[in-house]
Amino acid sequence: MKIILPYFITFPLLAAFLIALLSRKSKIAGELISNLFTFGLLISSWDLVKRVYLYKIIVYKIGGWLPPAGISLVADGFSVFMLLIVNLIAFLVMVYSIRYMQRYTDKWKFYSLFMLMLTGMNGIILSGDLFTIYVFLELASIAGYALVAFGIEPQDLEASFKYAIMGSLASIFILLGIGLLYSYTSTLNLADISWVLAEKPQGFLIGFVSVLFLAGFGLKAALVPFHAWLPDAHSCAPSPVSATLSGVFIKTLGIYALSRIFFNVLGVSGKVLFVFMILGILSMVIGALLAIAQNDIKRMFAYSSISQVGYIIFAFGLGTPLAILGGLFHLFNHAIFKPLLFLNAGSIEYSTGNRRLDKLGGLNSKLPFTGAMSLLGSMSISGIPPFGGFWSKLIIIIAAIQSGYIGMAAVAGLTSILTLAYYLKFQTFAFLGKIDEGCKEAKEVPLSMKFSMLILTAVCVFAGLMLLPEFRSFLQSAADVLVSGTAYKEAVFGMIQ
Amino acid sequence: MSLYFLCFTLFCVGLYCVLRKRNIIKIIIGLAIIEYAVNLFLVLIGYRTHGRAPIFAEDQVISNMVDPLPQAMVLTTIVIGLAVIAVAVSLAIRIYEKYGTFDITKIRRLKG
Repeated sequence: MKIILPYFITFPLLAAFLIALLSRKSKIAGELISNLFTFGLLISSWDLVKRVYLYKIIVYKIGGWLPPAGISLVADGFSVFMLLIVNLIAFLVMVYSIRYMQRYTDKWKFYSLFMLMLTGMNGIILSGDLFTIYVFLELASIAGYALVAFGIEPQDLEASFKYAIMGSLASIFILLGIGLLYSYTSTLNLADISWVLAEKPQGFLIGFVSVLFLAGFGLKAALVPFHAWLPDAHSCAPSPVSATLSGVFIKTLGIYALSRIFFNVLGVSGKVLFVFMILGILSMVIGALLAIAQNDIKRMFAYSSISQVGYIIFAFGLGTPLAILGGLFHLFNHAIFKPLLFLNAGSIEYSTGNRRLDKLGGLNSKLPFTGAMSLLGSMSISGIPPFGGFWSKLIIIIAAIQSGYIGMAAVAGLTSILTLAYYLKFQTFAFLGKIDEGCKEAKEVPLSMKFSMLILTAVCVFAGLMLLPEFRSFLQSAADVLVSGTAYKEAVFGMIQ
Repeated sequence: MSLYFLCFTLFCVGLYCVLRKRNIIKIIIGLAIIEYAVNLFLVLIGYRTHGRAPIFAEDQVISNMVDPLPQAMVLTTIVIGLAVIAVAVSLAIRIYEKYGTFDITKIRRLKG
């Protein structure tokens, strides 16, 4: 049963090289292999969810070496939660790309790079070792830099360069933090670090390492003082890539790694939680305010991502079990509706060749399907009942009031209204009103693109049901891992013996 | 201690180079300098005065060896650093083709 863990890393890696090898022989190798492999990964991550539900935590020792010496892969509730989301989005994005990527040359490079990025993300999620997290983080990031510049328009290159420099600086800060932590604890295994830190006095060094990790992973998650690269990178990339970057990439590299290290390894103190909360509030408000002024659809969505990530970090910063549940639920919702909206933006661009709001209008008559899907997505993200986005924001606000932060709860509520404002702007300018001259020739998108959007919308509409007691265990087991904090080490070592 | 201080100075030189220089190529060189500084730091962590290479053999006495783990880490980070620099340089070449300049103050088409 443990043997399935490394497949999540080796199979996409194999697919990346197979695509590079076979694409010279066959034109459809890229599409075929990437779709098959991502579908397989989706099925096996569903299987893993059920196993982890049964066993609570699964540890795989690479090469049979015992963990403090060897590298281990760990799957617990939080890991499989992320793993399922990542592989679901990867599969749907791959289906979408079959037709969308046809206007680019050298498509196989896209598929190959995408599979490398998927390897990196799965690796970060499953890794139980600090340095392995860094290696997979860099693998995913480097593939990300190349994918942002895939269109090789001047803007794409500029965005990618900016992203590459800032992303590498963030990685170096993380590496420095890892080095310092290793010098203090003489181990790299996450559970073992936690064990050693529990016995040693936590001095000035842990504070310094915390700052380095916060800056590094915060930049990857695009929290507000470190957000400058995100609107450029996410708006310039091809739409399937934007959907993956905004939907799961910043969450895996940023939020997952940040919360895993802070909650489960270093242990959170009141100060760290307070910093989380402040960063969350700042990202929430500033992202929403900047999004309103945007004219480019994808740029607006990118700023909206900053704002929604702010909600998640804010909820983690509250630290109560209810808040963490709400944060994780919002993470799930955002991972569903943001790719949906980016795929909608891609469909608009596919049909009209344009994504500037002042040059669009009245698309509902030409693209009824895309219009309906984006309306549902927009309603969910702006927090209109009964969609998923409403429930997650409600839980976060209730948790904030319970913890006594009435002012911050009010800010979160007001930001939700701002969100509604800019999604109304998007709906009005793009889909309602008089049809623009440039969009007369627009045609509805092909079936494969509709399929991805339909599935995402269906999940988006029914996401609220996850809070029902019957389906809640998926979310609850992920939240339990974060709530249990540094008990993570006992869970991992208990599984090894 | 002075070694750590020099290593930190190298880090700051690289950071200054990334933050203050206007030429894309110089920024990339700055990035490389920072990476070398961190690699050096990792090696210094594992270093012991008069330590010897950690080779395990039957007649060897296990005492005063340098820590081999940071060395393995440094090998990995060197390879990763190479990949990052390669991507950045190839982007720089493409940017020069499109914009005709390496000056970042003139490469500003993205606004808002």
